[in-house]
Amino acid sequence: MATLLLAEHDDKSLNEATARALTAALELGAPVDILVAGLASRPAAEAAATLAGVGKVLLADDEALAHRRAEPVAALILSLAADYDAIVAPATSSGKNVLPRVAALLDVMQLSDITRIVAPDTFERPIYAGNAIETVRSRDATKVITVRIAAFPPAPSGGAASIETVAATDDIHLSAFVGADLSVSERPELSSARVIVSGGRALGSAEKFAEVITPLADSLKAAIGASRAAVDAGYAGNDLQVGQTGKVVAPELYVAVGISGAIQHLAGMKDSKVIVAINKDPEAPIFQVADFGLVDDLFTAVPALVEALKP
Amino acid sequence: MKILVPVKRVVDANVKIRVKADGTGVDLANVKMAMNPFCEIAVEEALRIKEAGGASEVIVVSVGGEKSSETLRTGLAMGADRGILVKTDAARIEPLAVAKLLKAVIGNEKPDLVILGKQAIDDDSNQTGQMLAALLGWPQATFASKLVLADGSAEVTREIDGGAETLRLKLPAVVTTDLRLNEPRYASLPNIMKAKKKPLDETSPEALGVDITPRLEVLKIDEPAKRGAGIKVGSAAELVGKLREAGVI
Ligand SMILES: Cc1cc2nc3c(=O)[nH]c(=O)nc-3n(C[C@H](O)[C@H](O)[C@H](O)COP(=O)(O)OP(=O)(O)OC[C@H]3O[C@@H](n4cnc5c(N)ncnc54)[C@H](O)[C@@H]3O)c2cc1C
Ligand SMILES: Nc1ncnc2c1ncn2[C@@H]1O[C@H](COP(=O)(O)O)[C@@H](O)[C@H]1O
Repeated sequence: MATLLLAEHDDKSLNEATARALTAALELGAPVDILVAGLASRPAAEAAATLAGVGKVLLADDEALAHRRAEPVAALILSLAADYDAIVAPATSSGKNVLPRVAALLDVMQLSDITRIVAPDTFERPIYAGNAIETVRSRDATKVITVRIAAFPPAPSGGAASIETVAATDDIHLSAFVGADLSVSERPELSSARVIVSGGRALGSAEKFAEVITPLADSLKAAIGASRAAVDAGYAGNDLQVGQTGKVVAPELYVAVGISGAIQHLAGMKDSKVIVAINKDPEAPIFQVADFGLVDDLFTAVPALVEALKP
Repeated sequence: MKILVPVKRVVDANVKIRVKADGTGVDLANVKMAMNPFCEIAVEEALRIKEAGGASEVIVVSVGGEKSSETLRTGLAMGADRGILVKTDAARIEPLAVAKLLKAVIGNEKPDLVILGKQAIDDDSNQTGQMLAALLGWPQATFASKLVLADGSAEVTREIDGGAETLRLKLPAVVTTDLRLNEPRYASLPNIMKAKKKPLDETSPEALGVDITPRLEVLKIDEPAKRGAGIKVGSAAELVGKLREAGVI
């Protein structure tokens, strides 16, 4: 039959997580339709239609779907589910919010955060903060899957799929959107950045974090990340947390500055292609995963690195 | 107003687990176990609501073997009023089955609010709360970093990619906790003693009429690919040289 992929987008534009999840969805071997749910989200639907390999784009444009609250989005997916034998979403905060609701309503077990497709019913997924990989086969008729986006490359563009509109189901107003506080940044987004510079507790204050990490991120054209300790202490925003319970990233280059390398942090970055660690403690566990380790005080080492990077 | 908090017994967050060489699972013999950290945060939040006069009773529920009663005692020692153990010796209980069992318990207890952890740190599923909300037909707010109750509703700030958003939910509702919601308390010795006398009921999947047969078949559990050993560099300049060689800058 076919696969339905829930798009990650902000109405105006399509998030790269969609193209990455599309790569996984296509590996299931069936035609893939993309569902764009939102309000005034035709631009995102048009972007989805240009991805290579898409059957058609379903556009659900409705007041009820603004802000993509879980209840109306799950109800919408459920109304379309009969035509699909797999329902896929990227494991972003919104995919993780909505898809288990869909799975329960279909009475199936969700496959969370898959990192590899072994067969259309068999998947690999990390458990225990990535310290074990489980291979699971689903016996359910409909496969409901969230995809770890760092594990799949984005599908290329070059498609020209048609866009069909679909109707939202009635909103039963169990929840209401009150407001949002979104960080605005000129930097590359953490989940899709080619280079990430992350800072830890050792930075000591929000001022020092900005003063030390920003110039290095600038010279590497990098996104900024942080450990949980740095986020908890208020040095960086919560959306910058890398780890088991934050974002999972796999950039070409990951630079960990003043981060010890706790299991939960490693879970979020150990699949990066090249890892650099700067830490004054030669025994810090981060060095066990680092390709290049620099044992030094970060307050002198990072400015020296910025200097050395100058052309 | 009653609050129900499902709590899971898991490997302690500080333990580095070992995968069994034969691929059949994770070695849990003699490993330190604890209440899932996100569940601790859920218990703490429920207690704070009660202490502020917003709730009359906090009930902790766990699905698992006999040992899960220890996890319930931890919740009671933190300050919950009573516990319910849904006892089963099943080796694996999936989130869908847990959600169905919790729904059955909720049918009996009729809480106004259910607070769960966002994720169990063993299976890393991040599903149970959302599934429970769906089965009950209740609204949900996952990944909560702030929870404020008002008359018949809850205002919840949730951590999302790119920042935070706030939702208002009609009660009854399901909320799942993120790390920054609160800092859970430690149980004091007198409270640990007192907890031993608090009521702890026991039921079972059979008694609740729920089929917990797993839907997923675990074919094997492997160790993740190991990274090759790296090298230490002596200076920032040497580091830049290595990064150029590696072609990443
Ligand atoms: C349920 C749960 C979930 C979690 N999820 C996450 C998660 O998603 N992400 C995450 O990151 N953590 C997570 N954690 C927390 C994790 O266990 C660690 O506490 C955290 O990662 C530590 O952050 P850190 O490395 O910045 O701080 P620390 O462990 O304190 O390390 C600071 C490091 O800086 C070094 N240092 C100090 N001064 C200097 C200097 N001047 N120059 C150079 N180096 C210096 C020290 O040697 C040390 O290694 C979680 C924990 C739990 C229990
Ligand atoms: N066996 C269980 N018993 C009680 N609560 C559970 C159990 N499994 C999961 N939960 C709850 O669901 C949350 C999320 O778990 P999961 O969906 O497995 O990641 C946990 O933090 C608990 O609050």
